[in-house]
Amino acid sequence: MNIVVCVKYVPDAQADRTFSQDNTTDRTNVDGLLSELDEYAVEEALKLAEAGEGEVTVVTVGPDGAAEAIKKALQMGADKGVHVLDDAIHGSDAPATSLVLAEAVKKAAGGSPELVLMGLASTDGTMSVVPAMLAERLGLPQITQLSSMEIADGKVTGRRDSDAASDTLEAPLPAVVSVTDQINEPRYPSFKGIMAAKKKPVETWSLADLGVDAGQVGLDNAWTKVESFTARPPREQGEIVTDEGDGGTKLAEFLAKAKLI
Amino acid sequence: MAEVLVLVDHTDGQVKKNTAELLTLARQIGEPSAVFVGSNAEAARPRLAQFGAEKVYVIDTPDVTGALAAPLAEALAAVAEQAKPAAILLPTSGVNKEAAARLAVKTGSGLITDATNVEGGEGGVKTTQSAFASNFTVTSTVTTPTAIVTVKANATAPQASQAGATVVPVDVTVSDAAKATQVTASEPKQKSGRPELTEAQIVVSGGRGTGGDFSPVEAFADTLGAAVGASRAAVDAGWYPHSNQVGQTGKQVSPQLYVAAGISGAIQHRAGMQTSKTIVAINKDEEAPIFELVDFGVVGDLFTVLPQANDAVKAAKN
Ligand SMILES: Cc1cc2nc3c(=O)[nH]c(=O)nc-3n(C[C@H](O)[C@H](O)[C@H](O)COP(=O)(O)OP(=O)(O)OC[C@H]3O[C@@H](n4cnc5c(N)ncnc54)[C@H](O)[C@@H]3O)c2cc1C
Ligand SMILES: Cc1cc2nc3c(=O)[nH]c(=O)nc-3n(C[C@H](O)[C@H](O)[C@H](O)COP(=O)(O)OP(=O)(O)OC[C@H]3O[C@@H](n4cnc5c(N)ncnc54)[C@H](O)[C@@H]3O)c2cc1C
Repeated sequence: MNIVVCVKYVPDAQADRTFSQDNTTDRTNVDGLLSELDEYAVEEALKLAEAGEGEVTVVTVGPDGAAEAIKKALQMGADKGVHVLDDAIHGSDAPATSLVLAEAVKKAAGGSPELVLMGLASTDGTMSVVPAMLAERLGLPQITQLSSMEIADGKVTGRRDSDAASDTLEAPLPAVVSVTDQINEPRYPSFKGIMAAKKKPVETWSLADLGVDAGQVGLDNAWTKVESFTARPPREQGEIVTDEGDGGTKLAEFLAKAKLI
Repeated sequence: MAEVLVLVDHTDGQVKKNTAELLTLARQIGEPSAVFVGSNAEAARPRLAQFGAEKVYVIDTPDVTGALAAPLAEALAAVAEQAKPAAILLPTSGVNKEAAARLAVKTGSGLITDATNVEGGEGGVKTTQSAFASNFTVTSTVTTPTAIVTVKANATAPQASQAGATVVPVDVTVSDAAKATQVTASEPKQKSGRPELTEAQIVVSGGRGTGGDFSPVEAFADTLGAAVGASRAAVDAGWYPHSNQVGQTGKQVSPQLYVAAGISGAIQHRAGMQTSKTIVAINKDEEAPIFELVDFGVVGDLFTVLPQANDAVKAAKN
């Protein structure tokens, strides 16, 4: 089975993330990495491939550094990578990102992919919409936010939890699947994996390679435009008391004074 | 005035508060119309009228239930084609975001998720969102004729404004492609009797520091009429269900009061709670990063501090 995993390169959430002059994500002053939530999708793909005859291709749409995200996935065990790199993509919104990704996934799979795996959300945009957009563009069923999944008889089955219920979903393959951080425990790259990754093929494609018109993507063509951003004023640290037998009482007094009880 | 569609969140016709909030916001853009998916629309009508819905589009077919994104997106596209709305507002949820995503692609419309405000404006609908673990507030314009926006709970205070709520039935034929994904089994969640996490005015959360014993957290929550939250460490340990997780990959809450007991305050946890109005923490470790955020903190053992606070609050209430 041909498994395509979409992975995103994002600024490290532990660092001080901010915006650039043009109101897009600042990627120059913050280290980037493979979005942590995509590790779960990579892990699930590797497990499927190990259980059967699968090949795992990772696809990313992003700037120069995004090759790092591919590298990490290859070190974990993916077979090959595709990096869609084109200056015109800078500042793309989610619909445009999904447009590029759809063409890249098709080309990477040599037509229609059998299974597309993605993370629940990126850790920067955190929209959780790209899997659904990709499914719409590819004309495939989506089966998303799975906390467990299984493939058998040409179908993917999985569990999705919502506030109201825990549902079992089923969709025929090919399908677009997104998984949550409940699904597995992603592996760390082994030394052998790190060495092997160096020899794995990575292709770099431009918009022209994908037949996507540059006028459909990028900051100037985005359907949503960030006008301004303001840092949330840092919270002023309030009173901290050390419990000396009356910590609870003091807490209750604070709540009463703040009219919260 | 252009129409603004609001997807109704309801259980069997019982309209939820977030719908009243969205109808209130919709009036800042144009003329609100409700989109009701499911049966029992008559039960919902008075409330939808009270908050300003001029029309109620009703989609009552078993193929569209609100449980799956693809059929819902087709249903909303059918209404949008008829109404040519300036905006479509949906309460933020997993399924609604994905329906909005498909709808955005179908209709060529810009999409904003998790907005905390929406208003009309020159050049398109304007929105406010949080970014980067709520460390930033971002304002955006949607430049397409229709803006699709998912809105977080508690974004605004609902304000009544009586309107007609004329029922407009809409026939939707769901494509076979959209029906490909199916729900084959559904186990309803057990009701705790406590308020819903995202709607609660007060949230009391426990972390790894509880060591698996959530009883003092639950007792304090019940005294305060609060929802119970949990850190990912507590959820991963199996001490509390994932649906109670607060944070980046859990629920984002913004209550009047957030109480963190035995939680260190990792960035991913903060991402889900740092917009709370007042934050209180109890932690044994005075160096715990959660204390950087608090309005009031107690350095101490949650197993002694919480029960004492609980007794004191009960006494104060009587
Ligand atoms: C703070 C911030 C706010 C934003 N707000 C908006 C907005 O309101 N509207 C809008 O249209 N755009 C917005 N964007 C832009 C949007 O994040 C990007 O277009 C992005 O590539 C797609 O959305 P996401 O990262 O939120 O993806 P999500 O939908 O959260 O990602 C889900 C999964 O899709 C896959 N994926 C996502 N992007 C890529 C990629 N480039 N390459 C490979 N796989 C990928 C990954 O597997 C990921 O785990 C915002 C960006 C930022 C940084
Ligand atoms: C991609 C990703 C997504 C994530 N999403 C989330 C998320 O949505 N939500 C989330 O919470 N985390 C999330 N995390 C995990 C996060 O990084 C932290 O690991 C987690 O929040 C830690 O939980 P904790 O504070 O309960 O545990 P710890 O960090 O272990 O802290 C326990 C605290 O309890 C204190 N303590 C111990 N005993 C007592 C006692 N008797 N009385 C008082 N205090 C005591 C300790 O001093 C300590 O500060 C995510 C991580 C990743 C990588």
